[in-house]
Amino acid sequence: MPAGTGLKDATAIVGIGQTPFARHLPEDERTLACRAVIAALDDAGIAPGEVDALASYTMEETDEVELAKAVGFGDLTFFSKIGFGGGGSCATVAHLASAIACGQATVGVAWRSRKRGSGPRPWTNTAVQLPTPAQWTRPFGLLRPADEIAMLARRWLHEYGATRDHLFNVALACRNRANQNPAAVMYERPLTREMYMSSRWISEPLCLYDNCLETDGALACVVVSAERARDCRRRPVYVHSAAQGLPAQHHGMVNYWNDDPLTGPAWTAARHLWKHADFTPPDVDVAQIYDAFTPLVPLSLEGYGFCARGEGGAFTEGGALETGGRLPLNTGGGGLSEAYVHGFNLINEGVKQLRGTSTAQVPGAATCLVTAGEGVPTSALLLRN
Amino acid sequence: MLTPVTDSDGAPFWRYAARGELRVQACGACGEPRFPPRPCCPHCRSFASEWRLMSGQGRIWSWVVPHPPLLPDYAALAPYNVILVELAEAPRIRLVGNLVSAPGAALDSFPPDRIRIGARVRAVFTGDGLVQWVLERP
Ligand SMILES: [Zn+2]
Repeated sequence: MPAGTGLKDATAIVGIGQTPFARHLPEDERTLACRAVIAALDDAGIAPGEVDALASYTMEETDEVELAKAVGFGDLTFFSKIGFGGGGSCATVAHLASAIACGQATVGVAWRSRKRGSGPRPWTNTAVQLPTPAQWTRPFGLLRPADEIAMLARRWLHEYGATRDHLFNVALACRNRANQNPAAVMYERPLTREMYMSSRWISEPLCLYDNCLETDGALACVVVSAERARDCRRRPVYVHSAAQGLPAQHHGMVNYWNDDPLTGPAWTAARHLWKHADFTPPDVDVAQIYDAFTPLVPLSLEGYGFCARGEGGAFTEGGALETGGRLPLNTGGGGLSEAYVHGFNLINEGVKQLRGTSTAQVPGAATCLVTAGEGVPTSALLLRN
Repeated sequence: MLTPVTDSDGAPFWRYAARGELRVQACGACGEPRFPPRPCCPHCRSFASEWRLMSGQGRIWSWVVPHPPLLPDYAALAPYNVILVELAEAPRIRLVGNLVSAPGAALDSFPPDRIRIGARVRAVFTGDGLVQWVLERP
């Protein structure tokens, strides 16, 4: 095997699971995590006792020890936690794939459980507002991720002549797909341009519909070797390429002290991701792009090479992100309209597309890009069937 | 309102600001300015640093107007502006701040519809240790 290609199609996602998504679920995060993990293992047809690897986010409150005891895992030989919130989603799968490909483990589970719909919101807690990097931003009232990303969004709109209609195109594509997905929080709740343009501001230039949902819910997926995957219940979805990205001189969320704040971590992850892939951006059939805020989508379209620098807004025109468009996007509804579970729903939706079981199925979809949070140290996956 | 929680690297910035001086950390060996402050120079790895006096002049690189839900003290002033200023002498150093109508005025004292990217601003100091910004040519 040539150096640097060790991960290519060596592992596959063979099981996915999720709880319902809602503004409020009565169960706690640990219980939701157990439900999602058991559902994913059932989907794969793999017994919990065979699990020997775990990967999750550092912001996950359900720790490995508690999950392993509750679900009844076997002896674990690999466990990994990825930092930087939504930037970690794809890296959970990447870490499991790496561990399995090099023999550190055989069956890996990644998960995310979250109660941001009914639980506390970080920015309401003044005690945690000022860890030292925040001394440069928060005293001035730049308090929330929405404010921090809005600053980049304003500059991007200004520099490239993009418009709020471009951001609306992103919100609309996600909402339209959610309207096809009965599990989505925004199922049967259509969005119009009039609603978007007249909605309340969150942080100008971002309005209500530029922001993801506050959701309770949990998801999980199961990763095994490609060889093992052939014997599983479901059609394997191969991890074709995976990357993390933490650019030189990056400063999380407020990348304002970089030479070029508008080329964020997506650019770094993309260089590694495509270097090890057998296909290129025009060959991607469907994309699941992290959408905590609408501007992250055009910035990611530029970073992952679907268009040139500054053309992310124009790329969204003419229904490009809709079913049948140039790049069908966030086909479960994404963080904007299905559920915001730190992007893990994008991974599972990518698997559904390549199994042919999405509620907004792209006919014949064989390749899918999944990305994690942009604006923070990030990660991405190329999946294929 | 939130006040800065400083660390050993950042503390000099706030001490100078409280004295009415805008200074940024620069490498004591190669002279490269850096922000936020940190222990050593990413260009030459020197641990020597100096705090270089800035003119206080800059331009607005971007700006936002936060609306509630916000922390209570900020919600009471919302909508207010937050601007990002690139310093005239060191354009890659961009400071988060607020554009106010006059030194010491509140975060919501400047009308947002008059804010423009590229507008020239200058730093003013109010004695409470936070730098504020006013339009160079109001
Ligand atoms: Zn130096």
